Amino acid sequence: MYEIRRFEDRVNELFARGAIHGTTHLCAGQEALDVSLALELRPTDTVSATYRGHGIALALGMTVHSVLAEIMGKAAGCTGGVGGSMHLSDPDVGLLPTFAIVGAGLPVAAGAALAFQTRGEDRVAVCVFGDGAANIGAFHEALNLAAVWKLPVVFVCDNNVYAEYSRIDVTTPLSDLYRRAGSYDIPGVPVDGMDVAATRAVLAEAVARARAGAGPTLVEAKTYRFAGHSRADQATYRPAGELERWRERDPLTLARVELLATGAATADDLTALEKAVREDLDAVTDTVAALPDPEPATMFHNVRGATA
Amino acid sequence: MARMRVRQAIAAALADAMREDGSVMLFGEDVAAAEGPFKTSEGLLAEFGPLRVRDTPISEMGFVGAAVGAATMGMRPVAEIMFMEFLGVALDQLVTEAATFRYLSNGRVTVPLVVRASTGSGLGFGTQHSQTLENWLTATPGLKVAVPSDAQTAYGLLRAAIRDPDPVAILEPRVLYAERGDCVTGDEGIVPLGTARVVRRGDAVTVVALGQTVRTALGAAERLGTGVEVVDLSTLVPWDRATVLASVARTGRLVVVEEAPASGGWGSEIVAAVTSAAFRALQAPPFRITAPDVPVPYNKGLEARFSPSADEIEYQLRAYLETGEVPDPWWRREGVAA
Repeated sequence: MYEIRRFEDRVNELFARGAIHGTTHLCAGQEALDVSLALELRPTDTVSATYRGHGIALALGMTVHSVLAEIMGKAAGCTGGVGGSMHLSDPDVGLLPTFAIVGAGLPVAAGAALAFQTRGEDRVAVCVFGDGAANIGAFHEALNLAAVWKLPVVFVCDNNVYAEYSRIDVTTPLSDLYRRAGSYDIPGVPVDGMDVAATRAVLAEAVARARAGAGPTLVEAKTYRFAGHSRADQATYRPAGELERWRERDPLTLARVELLATGAATADDLTALEKAVREDLDAVTDTVAALPDPEPATMFHNVRGATA
Repeated sequence: MARMRVRQAIAAALADAMREDGSVMLFGEDVAAAEGPFKTSEGLLAEFGPLRVRDTPISEMGFVGAAVGAATMGMRPVAEIMFMEFLGVALDQLVTEAATFRYLSNGRVTVPLVVRASTGSGLGFGTQHSQTLENWLTATPGLKVAVPSDAQTAYGLLRAAIRDPDPVAILEPRVLYAERGDCVTGDEGIVPLGTARVVRRGDAVTVVALGQTVRTALGAAERLGTGVEVVDLSTLVPWDRATVLASVARTGRLVVVEEAPASGGWGSEIVAAVTSAAFRALQAPPFRITAPDVPVPYNKGLEARFSPSADEIEYQLRAYLETGEVPDPWWRREGVAA
């Protein structure tokens, strides 16, 4: 989680310096969900996620080098520099190309689960999406299809309160999105998405349920987006004091308190770990910044495969 | 070789593909228990069971997306879209997701998906169930598009599409489903994507047709006698430049016959490419015979005039061959529209 937070800070700095162009969508405040999900999945499971995907990519095990190089458009990036911030992928860690279209990952995750079910495999598909996606047709069609076919899929709504620039209460008649599960007769479970232990427990149950063939679950993780929607957004529309209140429940702070309270780590352990993360990030940033851009021919690669 | 209807050739292709490869599955609205609204999946549920042959909700965005997801995990799904218009609500999944995953994964996530949709006018289904709409799909790198014109191509293109490593849309002219034709099945019956066929030889003009305009173009060619060469393009993306250019090199004239309205149609691409590549071989300006720029009308007489008929194609080809000039379409000749 600390690595993801510092990574997002670094992306922000690199953008300000002109080393990253286009747009980025930072996930600060939502790291607990990404990490919890990675901890509850097997390497053979599959994940569809969104354009706010740096955190899930790192949590699932993609390297800082691979992700940062892609965001900087380098040939060594996970998609050779043709994808960028919104299109990270690595089948080795179970991450499908992240979706830049709101809601598009839900039916695809249902389809991945359909493949697992059809072949009788005990693999699970997970789709992470935002609260904004709960209002697009793909959400409803995917939940309906997954429910009627009892697919091994877990739908995880990362409700960070804002759909792009709009607060949930001006776009959505209910703020407890897990309740929409009732329409599809599947379990809907809310969880404090700032709390790793709580989030892990809920995800573990949903994943186990899917793996056992009992069908899909809609999990709603209540989180908060510390940054604006994208690089261009300073989020001046937030009500006064809202960000500060949520920052009191910063997932990094909560995790630190938990680790120290349970004796899982000492303050010195954490300080050393954080120092190592920062040093590694500095070193990788320098390395990646010096890497070459893709050759022009790269844009012609992987448009289509060889026909048998 | 067997004599069969186009819809039976499609069912045979699906069955042969499912026998050959356990990862092939079919889903769509009413394809399983009802064996398809146009009977293109007869016998499949009985032979392959409910895991591989599935009825879906009326939910194209959901089930086309699910087909994309299943394909990323190693299945070879065939998703049936009852009427091409219904693909509108699922275009994101085909155009923006399926067609780009290979690109966005360094070639590591692939989508061997087939989307079949019935298209075209001629059966009186009315405006929102009769469009052809190929141009929704032809400008998307990463997506192939093929259109059968008879039982053999219906069988062979579908088999090739299912074996293809990338997403392929097969647009099936609905008016042809009941047509009978000879069909070779098995590997010899496979029609490779990207290959056009010269279905009638001639030396005076090359007529490029597609789907249901192939038979009307052939009908017109028979009445005109020798001289008209008819090319069944078969695959729209990637289209077979070599065969078309070789034909135009022989005839020196090009006419494209399209089922859809004129503006933005695929024939513009053919005419532009041939004009640029073979300008000096052309003895007359190439042109297109298309439907007018209107929605498909319901009335039987109006619908028959909407799609280029054999009479209209015959008239325009005759005028073109006699004068070397591009003739007006019927609505301009008759003064009903500009």
